[in-house]
Amino acid sequence: MTDLDSRIRAVLAAHGRLAGDVESLSETDDLYAAGLTSHASVNVMLALEDEFDIEFPDRLLRKTTFGSIAAIRDAVAELEDAA
Amino acid sequence: MSPTLIERVSHVADKVAAPAAAEVDRDARFPHEAIDALKADKLLSTLIPVELGGEGATIADVARCVEALSQACASTAMIYAMHQIQVACLVRHARSEAMRELMREVVSSQLLLASATTEIGIGGDVKSSSCAVESDGVTFTLEKNAPVISYGAYADVILATARRSPDATPGDQVLVVCRSVDTKLEANGEWNTLGFRGTCSPGFLLSSSGSLEQILEDSYGDISAQTMLPVSHILWAAVWLGIATAATSKARSYVQAAARRSPGVTPPGALRLAELTVVQQQFSALARSAARTFDEADDNVLGSIAFAIDMNTLKLSASQLVVDVVGRAMVITGISGYREDSPYSVGRHLRDAHGAQVMINNDRILANNAQLMLVYRG
Repeated sequence: MTDLDSRIRAVLAAHGRLAGDVESLSETDDLYAAGLTSHASVNVMLALEDEFDIEFPDRLLRKTTFGSIAAIRDAVAELEDAA
Repeated sequence: MSPTLIERVSHVADKVAAPAAAEVDRDARFPHEAIDALKADKLLSTLIPVELGGEGATIADVARCVEALSQACASTAMIYAMHQIQVACLVRHARSEAMRELMREVVSSQLLLASATTEIGIGGDVKSSSCAVESDGVTFTLEKNAPVISYGAYADVILATARRSPDATPGDQVLVVCRSVDTKLEANGEWNTLGFRGTCSPGFLLSSSGSLEQILEDSYGDISAQTMLPVSHILWAAVWLGIATAATSKARSYVQAAARRSPGVTPPGALRLAELTVVQQQFSALARSAARTFDEADDNVLGSIAFAIDMNTLKLSASQLVVDVVGRAMVITGISGYREDSPYSVGRHLRDAHGAQVMINNDRILANNAQLMLVYRG
């Protein structure tokens, strides 16, 4: 597991309010099916912005951006590269 | 030339809904005659695409129809609006052959569709369910304890939210099409409210079964964000605008009657009427432009935070404007408007108007927008 993945998992564990253990999820598992609500996804987003010192632009503020660990990683990596 | 959609609906509004409106309100009874008249002119299937036998109307078209009905009877208009919201969900999210057949049946049999989204025990949050679809791989069963199902006892089809399966999380919801023939409804309680009394919306214990094709493929979250929520706010706003228009019309008649009694003297109410018209213009511009915005929106717009905020804000504004306008009409019509037995009576409009802020409580919507403010980039 990369450092990026483990930091994302830590944010999800703290703010995602998922039904099960974050560590048991594969990177492509559907986070909404795992219990992520739209309310919790906002907190996850805010915590990711703080953790990685990034800001999600409007075009990435979509349900799909937070749909899986892989999707979050792609978005974070893109924003970190651009920074 | 055949009459336009709005002319057909206005005919039902004037000839059938208006004469029954006072009795529907007084007795809190279902407006049978108006709904039957809408069915007789095939007005329950206006939103169904032409290739399935419907008229392919836009949401803006339907909003104008709802507005016209509401000037006559707000309960009838709310039932019509809620039906069209469910039809819009089918049209935009149902793809199975069984559901296409159902849409053809909405046309041929003028089926009335209702909705069961809230549930006892989840605190009014429609984005989570406790009941779950149980399936054997071919058919489903569903049991749901709903605190409110508007006109549930009169509907042919009820679209109910539920968890996808017994092991799904509360937010992992689907929309299930329950046919009344396969559904048992046990009413719990009466519907005795201040306004919208004719919508007959008590709670029900719903038990239903059917084929798995009756579960819409899209998640309820997507259906809600892209269709059910925006179309609800747009068509409810149209209902409320119709109420405001009816009250405005009474205020206008009152002022003009006073003016006829003393030509040359502008009655004091005329100034208040001019003031009311400022608010009413804002209201109609807001409600009608929202409907056009929805019709022009692509999936990108519908999925955006800006759009969600816009629709929430529409609900907040419209639900307050209707109370404002009807209150002004009451002051203009004075004791005549306050009386329950005068042609200028605004009592029913006033009671209906106050329903707007509590059907999906404004505080809930404001809290939702408050959260969106944390991420919206402007």
